Amino acid sequence: MKAAIILSSLFLLAACGETRQDKAGVGSDKPAVTGTGVAVYTDPGWTAGDQASWANHLKARATYGQNDHARAPK
Amino acid sequence: MARMKFICDAERCIECNGCVTACKNEHEVPWGVNRRRVVTLNDGVPGEKSISVACMHCSDAPCMAVCPVNCFYKTDEGVVLHDKDICIGCGYCSYACPFGAPQFPSSGTFGLRGKMDKCTFCAGGPEEHGSQAEFEKYGRNRLAEGKLPACAEMCSTKALLAGDGDVVADILRGRVVQRGKGAEVWGWGTAYGNQAKGA
Repeated sequence: MKAAIILSSLFLLAACGETRQDKAGVGSDKPAVTGTGVAVYTDPGWTAGDQASWANHLKARATYGQNDHARAPK
Repeated sequence: MARMKFICDAERCIECNGCVTACKNEHEVPWGVNRRRVVTLNDGVPGEKSISVACMHCSDAPCMAVCPVNCFYKTDEGVVLHDKDICIGCGYCSYACPFGAPQFPSSGTFGLRGKMDKCTFCAGGPEEHGSQAEFEKYGRNRLAEGKLPACAEMCSTKALLAGDGDVVADILRGRVVQRGKGAEVWGWGTAYGNQAKGA
């Protein structure tokens, strides 16, 4: 009886689960960190393929380009 | 790195539509399609507020949930993208999206609804990064070029912020502290953990 309740609960609760939203439909896209390979359009100062370098570059670009409070003289 | 996010500071947006123009120019978006647009609340009333709206690259994206052909995917940075080769242009995503982000260009002699087009956070699509095929379908891939979305980088008042969610949140928190108001708004405590001003 106990096992039947557990099993039926599991069956009913399965409908409440959400599917993971990841690259389920499309698997061919490469990560942005790999770069485009087109040097003329690529912003210098980071290494393609290096996740930390790319993330730090974007962080610095966002901070410098968008945080005017950090740039304005005190 | 956290997830890539947009936020529009309504205290700064002056409804110039520079972000809309920057997006259209950068990606050569077809006529009749606006991946981004500026919405004004209480237009014409003193104290009106404007915000720039596009795909918000939701963490639990409703468009992804309803797509019958599973053409959406999410990058490692949390950017919601789709594959136009899989999309059938049914429009379910447009009904599901609370921001009206999915756009459908007219195509063919009778103006048939084409495949869905939306903001890509300047991250292109599944084609080879920087390729002509990617540009023609999705526009420029600025993230892979080490740049941030053109709309935010072009914003003259820096109302529209884009980038790593942590960085964007830090910038907005700093502005609120500087202004001395804004921490009283609904959701501030949830977002920043403290209801107190400047926290």
